[in-house]
Amino acid sequence: MHNTTGVKPSSGSMLTDPKARALLFQVLSVCTVVGIGWYLFHNTQTNLAQRGITSGFGFLNNTAGFGILQSLIEFSPTDTYGRVFFIGLLNTLLVSVLGIFFATVIGFIIGIARLSPNWLISRLAAVYIEIFRNIPPLLQIFFWYFAVLRAMPGPRDSFALSDVFFLNIRGLYVPEPTATPAFWAFALALLLALGGAWELARRARSLKITTGQEFPVFFSSLALLVILPGLSILVFGKPFTWTLPELRGFNFVGGMVIIPELFAITLALTIYTAAFIAETVRSGIQSVSHGQTEAARSLGLRPKHMLRLVIIPQAMRVIIPPLTSQYLNLVKNSSLAAAIGYPDLVSLFAGTVLNQTGQAIETIAITMSVYLAISLTISFLMNIYNKRIALIER
Amino acid sequence: MKAAKTTLIAAAVAATAGLSLPAHAGTTLDAVLKKGFVQCGVSDGLPGFSYTDEKGQYKGIDVDVCRGVAAAVFGDASKVRFSPLTAKERFTAVQSGEVDVLSRNTTWTSSRDAGMGLSFTGVTYYDGQGFLVSTKIGVKSAKELDGASVCIQSGTTTELNLTDYFRANGMKYTPITYDKSDETVKALEAGRCDVLTSDQSQLYAQRIKLGNPADFIVLPEVISKEPLGPVVRQGDDEWFNIVRWTLFAMVNAEELGLTSGNVEEQAKTSANPDVRRLLGAEGEYGKDLKLQKDWALQIVKQVGNYGEMFERNVGMGSELKIARGQNALWNVGGLQYAPPVR
Repeated sequence: MHNTTGVKPSSGSMLTDPKARALLFQVLSVCTVVGIGWYLFHNTQTNLAQRGITSGFGFLNNTAGFGILQSLIEFSPTDTYGRVFFIGLLNTLLVSVLGIFFATVIGFIIGIARLSPNWLISRLAAVYIEIFRNIPPLLQIFFWYFAVLRAMPGPRDSFALSDVFFLNIRGLYVPEPTATPAFWAFALALLLALGGAWELARRARSLKITTGQEFPVFFSSLALLVILPGLSILVFGKPFTWTLPELRGFNFVGGMVIIPELFAITLALTIYTAAFIAETVRSGIQSVSHGQTEAARSLGLRPKHMLRLVIIPQAMRVIIPPLTSQYLNLVKNSSLAAAIGYPDLVSLFAGTVLNQTGQAIETIAITMSVYLAISLTISFLMNIYNKRIALIER
Repeated sequence: MKAAKTTLIAAAVAATAGLSLPAHAGTTLDAVLKKGFVQCGVSDGLPGFSYTDEKGQYKGIDVDVCRGVAAAVFGDASKVRFSPLTAKERFTAVQSGEVDVLSRNTTWTSSRDAGMGLSFTGVTYYDGQGFLVSTKIGVKSAKELDGASVCIQSGTTTELNLTDYFRANGMKYTPITYDKSDETVKALEAGRCDVLTSDQSQLYAQRIKLGNPADFIVLPEVISKEPLGPVVRQGDDEWFNIVRWTLFAMVNAEELGLTSGNVEEQAKTSANPDVRRLLGAEGEYGKDLKLQKDWALQIVKQVGNYGEMFERNVGMGSELKIARGQNALWNVGGLQYAPPVR
């Protein structure tokens, strides 16, 4: 604004020039922040050395020497702390992915049910939301783990479903598939069927746009998905053989086990987060003005099309940003798994490894960066999705 | 919330390491004298070692060691405050200076002594790792445990020894780890695991906590050496010496026949030069340690000698009824031995 008159402000000193002043202050604050950061880092290093505490990241290559309850990749006690880190990370991601998937499905169902014109359904949904939203997640985890799953019988008195599935205090034992040579033919057939279904859907859409004709995409795709893999089984044989769990000695051996710790943490986080997602969905749907519904109806759209083509696309714009926050919360809450002994990143790496090596600063720094990275990735993906569904003004 | 707590402590380490001035020898004693009490890290509930009785008082061998340090420093065994710590929290608590002494059935190992900035001052209790099993599974020896689910406290040497033992014997196991020893006991009782493994002394202590102790037995095998002792921060020799000699004074007192009952009288009447030196009647040995002349007298008078401490907490005078075994004095076939005061 100073220069509108064309006269330069009396530039006796730089301090009177707002641009130079702004620059000066920015440079000063950057220097201060960097200086403090360097001071903290340097001082920590010096003090660690002085107190004889080992520092650095060399410990990641040392042998761990302990066992882990659940690992998605091969692990033996002679592996390194670095591998323990990956196992913890994968276990955290497993809970997060399962939790996000189920919480989204349940959350959408409850959120829509909450708006149901049926009094009973909408009340039940409201009760669900109010109960699970208002109890701290740690207590819910304890409830499922200690009150529900601890009440299961021992391995010798397991609940059995036709001698294939077994449920006891040690977990749910299910048959484990092993791929046979015919597996590849099966996988190829499945892939072809999926590709075909996708192509069908594309053609049906363009058919509808050009001629307005409907094509039964769902049933034809389903037929494709059943017939092609079915043929591969008939021709090449079974794609899997199943190893059944069997009680031998102390425990069941063979098959796969879903440990109660994983079950408790996933269940608790799913139910807790679903309550928040339900409210988000409800608010999103209610944010679409009633005029839109009326306009859709006057165009002659059927109720299911009205919901799918008019209401939900507009509601999603409101739902996505808070939904992202719920996903982030779920990932961060998964660190509560440490309380029931589920081997997640916090319990395994920031707990056991920290204690066995004594390198608190390094392990905590790595763990914090990982959570930051996971959260930023989720935010990033959700932002891309948000952009795609945002209203495009024409 | 244990995870959150560990993180907090770790943040505290970062903060102290970053902001405090370098630790000089002697700062711990000055700080302790200034605040007027010894801050002592103990276990979060282990009968015989550190637990709170029905009146809320801390009891146990590990607790008594800290009371001994307070008696030596202040002449008053009650000038001590306790911080209950889980196995996972304990080392960070010492490193960060949150506690002055860690007396929490902690095994002395080379990596802890040399790599973590800690110093072990001695051995309070010679222990070894064992197994506790339900009589229902009909196991008589640890060699029969192939395929078992084993409950362990996380972040302990126990966790590592267990792996070594099963590997060495070509057996498989499923580890179930919890932060607190209480949780491992509950899990054993509920049947989440077949076996609980820990130091033998702890197994006896945990067995009492079970609903029906008779349903559980401790297997005969001892699979490791577990010398348990007090820990201080590395780099403060003055404080290290005080904690180390507190324990030595108790062992020496037992050897010389001094008890909490007779120590005051002996200090006045004894002609034995060893007794006179220990109790401060002769020489200035307290001064070397930067303590009062009667430092050892106060320890024995207020806390007792090593034998008294042992019997009262874990021996025949307690519920645990553990025999002295390796913890007897050296001159009767045990391992407890203290250098002389002179």
